[in-house]
Amino acid sequence: MMKSWKMTVALAMTGAALWGAPLFAASDHPSAPAAVVAQAAPPVGTAGQGTHEAAPAAAHGAAAGHAEDGHGKKSHFPPFDATTFASQLLWLVLSFGLLYLLMSRVALPRIGRILEERHDRIADDLEEAAKHKAESEAAQASYEKALAEARAKANSIAGETRNRLAADSEANRKSLEAGLAAKLATAEQSIASTKTEALTHVRGIAVDATHAIVSTLIGTSPAQADVEKAVDGALVKKDAA
Amino acid sequence: MTVDPIHQFEIKRYVDLLNFGGVQFSFTNAALFMFGIVAIIFFFLTYATRGRTLVPGRAQSAAEMSYEFIAKMVRDSAGSEGMVFFPLVFSLFTFVLVANVVGLIPYTFTVTAHLIVTAAMALLVIGTVIVYGFMRHGTHFLHLFVPSGVPAFLLPFLVIIEVVSFLSRPISLSLRLFANMLAGHIALKVFAFFVVGLASAGVVGWFGATLPFFMIVALYALELLVAMLQAYVFAVLTSIYLNDAIHPGH
Repeated sequence: MMKSWKMTVALAMTGAALWGAPLFAASDHPSAPAAVVAQAAPPVGTAGQGTHEAAPAAAHGAAAGHAEDGHGKKSHFPPFDATTFASQLLWLVLSFGLLYLLMSRVALPRIGRILEERHDRIADDLEEAAKHKAESEAAQASYEKALAEARAKANSIAGETRNRLAADSEANRKSLEAGLAAKLATAEQSIASTKTEALTHVRGIAVDATHAIVSTLIGTSPAQADVEKAVDGALVKKDAA
Repeated sequence: MTVDPIHQFEIKRYVDLLNFGGVQFSFTNAALFMFGIVAIIFFFLTYATRGRTLVPGRAQSAAEMSYEFIAKMVRDSAGSEGMVFFPLVFSLFTFVLVANVVGLIPYTFTVTAHLIVTAAMALLVIGTVIVYGFMRHGTHFLHLFVPSGVPAFLLPFLVIIEVVSFLSRPISLSLRLFANMLAGHIALKVFAFFVVGLASAGVVGWFGATLPFFMIVALYALELLVAMLQAYVFAVLTSIYLNDAIHPGH
């Protein structure tokens, strides 16, 4: 919609410029407001070209001729003014050629290189990060493996130690028991020998006691031989019993 | 200055160079602006990328964005082989863009509001399509005009339609840009005359002049959009047409 509106304006203006331009300029002068008249003061013919000192005098003439020429080669609508086409094309070719050259040789490769460098840098960094990540993962895996190994080793050492200690304590216990048994045996033996010895003393004590008892009871001390004989008899009887 | 909305399009001859069999070559305001545009583009791009920093600043970002914008446009419409035309499309885009935007500054000259300039650029595009198409594909390039899978009795008509549509491309390409620039500038100028005319008519006129004045502001914003949009459209159509030179089959 916007475009069609513009096209209409453009066509209308073009039409006005092509057919009504001299009329336009002429009819403006008498009726124009004061401000506009002041601006429009220079004569139409020299309005555009007259002020350029750089142009040679010949050009002035040509330019003035152009403007007054009206419907000749020169159109009053500048975009359709064929006399300017050659210059426009020449400068367009030169400037656009220069632009193309500068862009394709200098500016675009330069920007392209910057982008490529950044792209490479990012790719490198990502690659390095991935490498580091893989490394750290490998390190963790090896750490975990070492840990598991150490744990297994510790377990085996503990088991061995336990077994060894158990065996040792078992051996200790056995030797201790053997020692104790030996001591027990010795003690029993000594008890038995002491008992035997004590029993040998029993007859003497019995004889002495009998002697004392009898002597106390009857007032006279019996003969040693009789006492001994009686005690032995009693002992034999007791033993028999 | 006359009360004339087309005065702004006038070609002023600064230095007459040579007259070649009645054809006058002169250094004109158009030439001055063309070289100005080239200088602006080149100095901006070199200035923006002077640091070549890894993390771009504002100017470098703008330069990189314009590069990637056009590169993506060309790659999307003409494929990665189309990147041989990347400098051409980039040059056309920046030239038209800067010409349009610079032309919006008061008292400047709009290079792209001249049909001969836009026509030359459109012919450059179509000429590139034709020359490159024949260089690359030989006569196979003519398959561009022969749609495949069409009944034989329809083919002559379709070929004629295709040829006409191909030939109308430079016309539409150049007229679109030219007419947009011309109409926009004329409309701005007409409203500006309304402001001046009404304001000179006394106190009532001062109030009356505000309406066209706001109209100018709104139109100016619209023209800024149009200036950029037309550069974009020109570049997009250029890359689409260049695609035909690379892939002529339908």
